[in-house]
Amino acid sequence: MLKLVGGGGGQYWACSVTGTGLGGEGAVFEVARVGDPGKAGCVGPAWGCVGIPDSAPGAGMLQAGAAGPARGGQGAEEEGEPAGGGEERQPRHPPAPALRLLNRKPRGRSGEIKTTENDLQRGRLSRGPRSAPPALGMGDHGGLPERSDPHAPGSPAVAGAVAVNGLLHNGFHPTPVQLPRLCGRGPAGVGDAGPPRLPLQPELQPQPPPPQHDSPAKKCRLRRRMDSGRKNRPPFPWFGMDIGGTLVKLVYFEPKDITAEEEQEEVENLKSIRKYLTSNTAYGKTGIRDVHLELKNLTMCGRKGNLHFIRFPSCAMHRFIQMGSEKNFSSLHTTLCATGGGAFKFEEDFRTIADLQLHKLDELDCLIQGLLYVDSVGFNGKPECYYFENPTNPELCQKKPYCLDNPYPMLLVNMGSGVSILAVYSKDNYKRVTGTSLGGGTFLGLCCLLTGCETFEEALEMAAKGDSTNVDKLVKDIYGGDYERFGLQGSAVASSFGNMMSKEKRDSISKEDLARATLVTITNNIGSIARMCALNENIDRVVFVGNFLRINMVSMKLLAYAMDFWSKGQLKALFLEHEGYFGAVGALLELFKMSDDQ
Amino acid sequence: MAECGASGSGSSGDSLDKSITLPPDEIFRNLENAKRFAIDIGGSLTKLAYYSTVQHKVAKVRSFDHSGKDTEQDHEPPYEISVQEEVTARLHFVKFENTYIEACLDFIKDHLVNTETKVIQATGGGAYKFKDLIEEKLQLKVDKEDVMTCLIKGCNFVLKNIPHEAFVYQKDADPEFRFQTNHPNIFPYLLVNIGSGVSIVKVETEDRFEWIGGSSIGGGTFWGLGALLTKTKKFDELLHLASKGQHTNVDMLVQDIYGGAHQTLGLSGNLIASSFGKSATADKEFSKEDMAKSLLHMISNDIGQLACLYARLHCLDRVYFGGFFIRGHPVTMRTITYSINFFSKGEVQALFLRHEGYLGAIGAFLKGAEQDNPNQYSWGENYAGSSGLMSSSPELCPTQRARSGTFDLLEMDRLERPLVSLPLLLDPPSYVPDTVDLTDDALARKYWLTCFEEALDGVVKRAVASQPGSVDAAERAEKFRQKYWNKLQTLRHQPFAYGTLTVRSLLDTREHCLNEFNFPDPYSKVKQKDNGVALKCFQRVVHSLDALGWEERQLALVKGLLAGNVFDWGAKAVSEVLESDPQFGFEEAKKKLQERPWLVDSYSRWLQRLKGPPHKCALIFADNSGVDVILGVFPFVRELLSRGTEVILACNSGPALNDVTHSEALLVAERVAAMDAVVRSALREERLLLVQTGSSSPCLDLSRLDKGLAVLVRERGADLVVIEGMGRAVHTNYHAALRCESLKLAVLKNSWLAERLGGRLFSVIFKYEVPAE
Repeated sequence: MLKLVGGGGGQYWACSVTGTGLGGEGAVFEVARVGDPGKAGCVGPAWGCVGIPDSAPGAGMLQAGAAGPARGGQGAEEEGEPAGGGEERQPRHPPAPALRLLNRKPRGRSGEIKTTENDLQRGRLSRGPRSAPPALGMGDHGGLPERSDPHAPGSPAVAGAVAVNGLLHNGFHPTPVQLPRLCGRGPAGVGDAGPPRLPLQPELQPQPPPPQHDSPAKKCRLRRRMDSGRKNRPPFPWFGMDIGGTLVKLVYFEPKDITAEEEQEEVENLKSIRKYLTSNTAYGKTGIRDVHLELKNLTMCGRKGNLHFIRFPSCAMHRFIQMGSEKNFSSLHTTLCATGGGAFKFEEDFRTIADLQLHKLDELDCLIQGLLYVDSVGFNGKPECYYFENPTNPELCQKKPYCLDNPYPMLLVNMGSGVSILAVYSKDNYKRVTGTSLGGGTFLGLCCLLTGCETFEEALEMAAKGDSTNVDKLVKDIYGGDYERFGLQGSAVASSFGNMMSKEKRDSISKEDLARATLVTITNNIGSIARMCALNENIDRVVFVGNFLRINMVSMKLLAYAMDFWSKGQLKALFLEHEGYFGAVGALLELFKMSDDQ
Repeated sequence: MAECGASGSGSSGDSLDKSITLPPDEIFRNLENAKRFAIDIGGSLTKLAYYSTVQHKVAKVRSFDHSGKDTEQDHEPPYEISVQEEVTARLHFVKFENTYIEACLDFIKDHLVNTETKVIQATGGGAYKFKDLIEEKLQLKVDKEDVMTCLIKGCNFVLKNIPHEAFVYQKDADPEFRFQTNHPNIFPYLLVNIGSGVSIVKVETEDRFEWIGGSSIGGGTFWGLGALLTKTKKFDELLHLASKGQHTNVDMLVQDIYGGAHQTLGLSGNLIASSFGKSATADKEFSKEDMAKSLLHMISNDIGQLACLYARLHCLDRVYFGGFFIRGHPVTMRTITYSINFFSKGEVQALFLRHEGYLGAIGAFLKGAEQDNPNQYSWGENYAGSSGLMSSSPELCPTQRARSGTFDLLEMDRLERPLVSLPLLLDPPSYVPDTVDLTDDALARKYWLTCFEEALDGVVKRAVASQPGSVDAAERAEKFRQKYWNKLQTLRHQPFAYGTLTVRSLLDTREHCLNEFNFPDPYSKVKQKDNGVALKCFQRVVHSLDALGWEERQLALVKGLLAGNVFDWGAKAVSEVLESDPQFGFEEAKKKLQERPWLVDSYSRWLQRLKGPPHKCALIFADNSGVDVILGVFPFVRELLSRGTEVILACNSGPALNDVTHSEALLVAERVAAMDAVVRSALREERLLLVQTGSSSPCLDLSRLDKGLAVLVRERGADLVVIEGMGRAVHTNYHAALRCESLKLAVLKNSWLAERLGGRLFSVIFKYEVPAE
């Protein structure tokens, strides 16, 4: 599980991304709490991701972290993070100057040519806590270690490389207790290494000098355009963002077909974004890249590259914006396509704080376009869509691919904090049928209140161990067996939390039971509403998406069961691998459309 | 008062419950004749149903054995009155807290005289739990009945038999309760029962219903989850907490996600995007009130949403809600209503029932009484014996301890004959009998309540006077006064207690209360005398009419109808005149009438119509005894008959004020026939038919009329309806739309009402209406 467990320190991912100068932020890393084997963090120092196995020694991680400063050349800073969680440390090392210290060497896709990235990768790998997959808790799709992926930016190389250029020595930064912190200094193209940056949280960092882009526009923009290779292509970086009530979903397209010339042209902060995002799997305390979801070797808008899937909590949004401001992201003159309610809520902040104009997009449009797109490109050669065979038989129930080539009509149930239900009749003919406020946010909210847990992962873990029938009142609890008059099975839930009306029962149940009951209640309710909508709309395929399903096999199987059982096999529950990211993908697709329109 | 449970006082435990003082006369009424029992034991309340008979006095009229000649003599009344005992059937329902169950069972055992009953029908979740107790205490075999079947039977029963049973709830409106007139066809409908879980049932006919869905998120979820979250144990306390909370502290709203932009996007920022969405944090405390409120919203919204989805799937627009989650709690009715409106965009109506708590008991009772065919009868709510909605039975309060337990009662009288809707109503579903909704109109309410209070002394006096031979008449009359006074006070504070408050319901309640204390017909003697006086004038009046030219005669006939209508003991202004000046004659009355043009005057069109072809058949609803029916209605009837129009003369089945009853009308007709050839031959040839309305009210509800009347109206093809009198044509039916021509006539004998209508005392309403093509 790519579990974010802050080992202490106040790093926030939001601070570490997307500043123009791509700020250094040691917090980039997720450090697993030592002694918390169930929650391995995925350390993604520098240019890659290494899943840390349970047993990963803290030291290893820290060393891995230390590799980060390899990027010091780009202004990386380090920030210490003691394994057990502790205070930040001052960087020992002056952050390297600007990004452009990086030498651009021609670089083949295979990556056999030594590149900074490779070197960094090696650097990291050489001391990283080895690259066991960070697989815990990811359900069916455990996180894939990035290095196993030949297309991953930093991956090709195998280790051992020593520093080749000036940057790399940073990779050997000796501070074992420090994690690298990327510090995007000034604006693109700014020359020298800046002075050492304080390893403060970025919001505390001194504001970088205003970028030289007092001559804002044309030149830059022109070059940007060239950056992405064609005039009608939007300039890099390509982001799509979906700012939901609980989570921000960010997709980032990493071009892999960058020519030498392009690389040369690539402004530093742009590059640093690329490197930073693609080489880490965790950002700050709470940001996560879902490595296992990465779409590789994708052609988007004429460019080949990888699509990365990143999420962080919406409450980190302000720090994220702050970061954008500090790193002078606006100098890139990219368009930030954003959807979700937060696109509206934070629009003003983006503008006033970070001088960024959001291109706001309708979330349902984005959701559908993103979904159709991802399904059409497939999941790295595998199908994106799946269902459960024999959903009513726990023994035989198993995941099977489903071909969604002809998806219409479909009922699309998007389960985020709340739930939206859409009837989709064609690519651009859909309607929102209804929604319910009983969604993922309710599950987590109630679980927190009932069990004292703090995270979705924790809540699900408890739920997995619990028994909801202790909490719920079943039909048989009332009627002694089946309620034949209405054809209800005795095992059906008659009243969710119904047993909790009695004090004795309240005293006898466990937190796990409560978590399970909450999960079952919310899931069944969504299933029930979805089923009614499907009947009302006369649609027999119900596609469930959204981050409520993330690592949540219990709910998926319950939904599959409910659709099948109550419809006597008439309804089919379908699921998608990139469950929560379609809105963000849809937003990214809009970026391309905008450019076409121009 | 009786000390309840004295017989069981020796047993251990629950001594507190056993020592509850029950006022038996007031609660378990008519127990000595009780026959069938049914019991519905819920989570906290027990509902007991029994069938009993009520013996009460009725004034019967019959003609003297000898021939009509004697009646020419001044001293002889036209017919004789005898007071007889009559036995009518009544259903009793008593609702009380489960804690009283043992005491109540003991009480019943001690007072139950009839021992033929062997079985008690039981339903509800607690039926099993208390089975042994019931069998032991009552020596009756417990027969368990299916909960949902009982619920639906009960629901059908109240919807069919209790006017204004269903209401919509509007929180910030005044009144909060808006009652629905009964739909002539109650099927199909959706019943959503919110007990610990939710059952959604589609009811298609009396016997056919189908469980179409349900949800496990129901009252038990609110209670169970609420108890976990707030450590509050009781359901009512949780609701109380919820009513004080702010859900926005716990729920994630649209505006929390969208910021201020929701406005420009046309979204309602206050919509809940994610219930409990804000509580997904460890570092914040949430208040019990806020969590309870959020939970209430979550559950109500969810149920409302599912109900709407099911309603849409089955093309139903009426959804009745019941179950302990609803049971009269304004806070849950409000949230459910909100949810239904929101999710159905106003297409589905959330309806609640006044007697929701009794459905199971009613159904269980009906189940047990199937061999008596209870459904072939019509039943009427007895206002005198029923506690109103949300009423804690103020009448009973003095006898109760400070404990929270209250007894709630419902009594249903079995009506002699089944009631149906008048086939001539233009649109039965939208027919509202009453002209002014006093629940709605605070000013009118105040006036009429005061008016009835002020008239109470006179009614009591008359009641006592009507039974000169009775030793306890004064005592009973005093009890009547107390009861009716209390009802009026209840209605002042809770105008919605018995459905829509109207002048009709106030009058009916008074009749029910009078009956309760054995004053079945305080006006019988007055009516007898008036009829006698009027009969003597009949021939003179007819002769003078016959002397007039056609056109003059038509106006004189109408004036006669109106003048007769001035003789009305029900109207305060008139009863004062009548009491002070008994010589107030027919001609005097005519002089009192407003000159034409009348306040509402479509006489010219009526006259024009009379020049055309005769009506096929006229249905006339008569009003008062004496001058009104004999000198006003009969000459009018006679003219119609002469024109070749058949006449159905409809009079009340039972007494109400000085209104002519059917049996009185029969005697009067017989006497008139003896004097008049036209009436005589018409009666013989059945061109003049006297029928009963099925009602005992001074007002008229055209949706609840005797089935025989309806059949006759259809058979004879009635194409004219004449409604006469303030009670029938102004307080009710003033706006009634009929499929045929109608004539509504009244003299406004109440200056307040006259003023309201823009007239003055004795203003005339003559409303002739022809339905649009």
